[in-house]
Amino acid sequence: MTYLAKPKLHHPSLRANQVGYTRRDYEGKVSTLCAGCGHDSISAAIIEACWELNLQPHRLAKLSGIGCSSKTPDYFLGNSHGFNTVHGRMPSVLTGANLANRDLIFLGVSGDGDSASIGLGQFAHVMRRGVNMLYVLENNGVYGLTKGQFSATADPGSKAKKGMINTDSAIDTVSLAILMGASFVARAFSGDKHQLVPLIKAGLAHEGAAFIDVISPCVAFNNHDGSTKSYDYIREHNEAVNRLDFWPNKEAITVDYDEGEVVHVAQHDGTWLRLRKIRESFDPSDRVGAMNQIQSHAAKGEILTGLLYLNPEAKDLHAHLNTDHRPLNGLGAEDLCPGTAALERLNASLR
Amino acid sequence: MNRIEAVNDFVVKFANVNGSGSASANELFARSFLRMGIPVSPRNIFPSNIQGLPTWYEVRVTERGWLGRRGGVDMMVAMNPQTWDQDVKEVEPGGYLFYDNTKVIPHSKLRPDIHVVGMPLTEICNSTYSNPRERQLFKNIICLGALAGMMGIDVEAIISLIAEQYKGKERLLQPNVQALRLGLNYAASQLQDAIGLRAQAANAVGQRIFMEGNAAVALGAVYGGATVCAWYPITPSSSVAEAFQRYCAKFRVDAESGEHRYAIVQAEDELASIGMVCGAGWNGARAFTATSGPGISLMAEFVGLAYFAEIPAVIVDVQRGGPSTGMPTRTQQSDVLACAYLSHGDTKHVLLFPQDPHECFTMTADALDLAERLQTPVFVMTDLDIGMNHRLCEPLSWQQGRQYDRGKVMTAAMLDEGRVFGRYLDVDGDGIPFRTYPGTHPTKGAYFTRGTSKNPYAVYSEAGADYQYNMERLNLKHAQARHIAPQPEIRIMDPHASDAVLYFGSTAPAMDEALEAMHLTGHVLNACRIRAFPFSDDIAAFVAKHQRVFVIEQNRDAQIKSLLVNEAGISPERLQAILHYDGTPITARFIKAAILHAIQADHQIDEPSRAARDKTTSDKEATDKATTDKEVTDKAAREKAA
Repeated sequence: MTYLAKPKLHHPSLRANQVGYTRRDYEGKVSTLCAGCGHDSISAAIIEACWELNLQPHRLAKLSGIGCSSKTPDYFLGNSHGFNTVHGRMPSVLTGANLANRDLIFLGVSGDGDSASIGLGQFAHVMRRGVNMLYVLENNGVYGLTKGQFSATADPGSKAKKGMINTDSAIDTVSLAILMGASFVARAFSGDKHQLVPLIKAGLAHEGAAFIDVISPCVAFNNHDGSTKSYDYIREHNEAVNRLDFWPNKEAITVDYDEGEVVHVAQHDGTWLRLRKIRESFDPSDRVGAMNQIQSHAAKGEILTGLLYLNPEAKDLHAHLNTDHRPLNGLGAEDLCPGTAALERLNASLR
Repeated sequence: MNRIEAVNDFVVKFANVNGSGSASANELFARSFLRMGIPVSPRNIFPSNIQGLPTWYEVRVTERGWLGRRGGVDMMVAMNPQTWDQDVKEVEPGGYLFYDNTKVIPHSKLRPDIHVVGMPLTEICNSTYSNPRERQLFKNIICLGALAGMMGIDVEAIISLIAEQYKGKERLLQPNVQALRLGLNYAASQLQDAIGLRAQAANAVGQRIFMEGNAAVALGAVYGGATVCAWYPITPSSSVAEAFQRYCAKFRVDAESGEHRYAIVQAEDELASIGMVCGAGWNGARAFTATSGPGISLMAEFVGLAYFAEIPAVIVDVQRGGPSTGMPTRTQQSDVLACAYLSHGDTKHVLLFPQDPHECFTMTADALDLAERLQTPVFVMTDLDIGMNHRLCEPLSWQQGRQYDRGKVMTAAMLDEGRVFGRYLDVDGDGIPFRTYPGTHPTKGAYFTRGTSKNPYAVYSEAGADYQYNMERLNLKHAQARHIAPQPEIRIMDPHASDAVLYFGSTAPAMDEALEAMHLTGHVLNACRIRAFPFSDDIAAFVAKHQRVFVIEQNRDAQIKSLLVNEAGISPERLQAILHYDGTPITARFIKAAILHAIQADHQIDEPSRAARDKTTSDKEATDKATTDKEVTDKAAREKAA
């Protein structure tokens, strides 16, 4: 929450990236969320990740649903087109937008009400289709804008600010995403920038359905004792399985090679991931194993974070549909209209 | 007993069991007339079922070319014991009942006033074929052969149709021709002069084509440059997307790379299909979906977003009987109001009303242009009667070299020239702002699209003035469609006629026939076919020239009439609704009877209602004045907002 305008002057020490942009060029309007909101940390991590990735801000399209989380695309990447769609239906709009122009990078931002309640169906289907995107779910387990109702990701037994106890089962979005066919699935904590920024970078570079569930405490309605999505609770129960480093290309890896418990994973777009393993037994390329680990840690009350599943050979919806390598929105009548001679033949065949 | 004698002018109805293979034989029957130069108009009357329930195929043979449903049956080909009683009942007195007399039918199951023609179809099949599947399939062809023999249908025409059907599978041709000849020979030896219905070669088909409306819509989408199709299966619209897939596979696959210049997604529901269309439209691709009533209800929220955020979208509504699940396999024009005002808040959409497959093609392509020109959803309002039946219509036409109207799109070059970009700013006075595609320019032209209110520069705003400016501009923009959408087709038979009809969509062929029939009885009515909403000013002018205007609709609530009263400032007293909504296609007989009845009722007019009629005129004047006043206010509001 800040109502002070950001100073227009850039600090002279602001460094430009390889495409000539400073971090400020990736910022958006001033946030209208509450001070201390986890969502603002996620916006900051997105800004950092895009700057570090040397993305052209205008070549990214950001789409969201409705809710606190879905307001955030206004607060980063001010030179990108944004679309605040309808509640729970961002995935379908993003799918259509992606079909129209495969050359853009698509970032979907949603919340737990938006994705796990009203939009659970679209959430599942966008993963099934392998839409090339990064889908960030800003998960606080609560409806903030409508003042504190439980969402479908709230754990059973957790307490609302007004004292109610949740008795419904929680929807585990990472397990669901893996089950539905997402090819990059991670969970992170908004309070851990070092973990989150590389995950966002890797997710943006991933060619397929990438999903990050970011636990993002709501300071107004879900940061109290008895909540399982509070800052304190998450810090106590966070079990990171790995630390991720991300390189946009293979060459960079030789520069900063680190021995030890390290796994290198090549993605088929030429990017490289380096996973510093924290939990020895965890293999993110094992889809079934990943689901087992998530469940068994959840049973112990631990929240597994890090890159949980990755299929480096993922294919996206355009590959499935074998669409033109050019953006469909750039095709004209010469590419699309069969012409009058073909129509004459068609008429003749219908007599 | 009376015997119906008719040449090239009769109705044959086939009563079959769904899934029994009768459909292709029935279609051969209909097409064989076309090959003889005789127009036909066939209709599928089918249940919401895959196999086992009754289904009918009704063929109107009509040298005069009346393509509406006639009503009444001159000959019933009764092949379904389940519906026997109902089918027998439907035959006109003096008409014919053709049936399989392998099993004896008790006399009580027949009618004394119709001619019964039996043929041992099962027996012939069983003695000729041993394979049960062959018995079933060839029974239909043997039956077709017998009908052809009795009616004098050109056998060579049927054989060439079968040959076209089995092109590439020639080994299937001979057994079919044999079966056909079996039937023919039986008719020649056993059924001479059994019926009085005759086919006689004519020259009344001309260059017309025979096609289903749903296929024509799909082809219109291909020609009109749609690249994204998102849909969810629903009767009677599913064959639109399926035909789009087929035509794209034919016309839009790169010969060298095999890449597709289209993307089709079968969505998880109609919410997702319209969502994808909105996403694609927002990002500059031409996109459409096809659905029917229940899908329209589900799309309401997104259509409101597309209206308010100004996103091009084309929605083809193949209407069926409503409300709710209603009559999924019957036809109606009952989504007019739902589509005109779909979604909450003040919304208004553009509707196009094709009358046949030819217009389905043209209007779908036009809808794609209109949606981008106006940056708004456009509905193509077809229905089951047009969509799922083969209809004889004018050949499809396309102007060589026609380019797509992509509307007002600001490019990187225009932004670099220093053009002012306000996403919701009315720069030309027509209410239509410029848009940019995502990814256009590194520093200019990006904006945030939202369903919330905003100022002309797309910045969130709840200021009343900003909101009102936007809503007035949307109204102004919507009104542009009156001039650029398809114009009404007005036919003045008599400049002095006091009566007229307004109609739209699939009612057209029955209307044409009814107009002529009424003309012959001395009732001359002028006619106006509505082709789009918002209504052209010509419609109100047309109504003003007449004392009494019948509005012919296929719904219960006179939806177009309501829309005319609401949106064209026409007094309801001047309009008289003629409504047909039992789910079957409207007939000329129905229209004529209803109009003549209304005219006769009005003949007994008394003084008070005459006074009421006079009042209508003054109401109209009052409304005209109100409209003018409102326009002045609107203009002032716009100037103030600017």
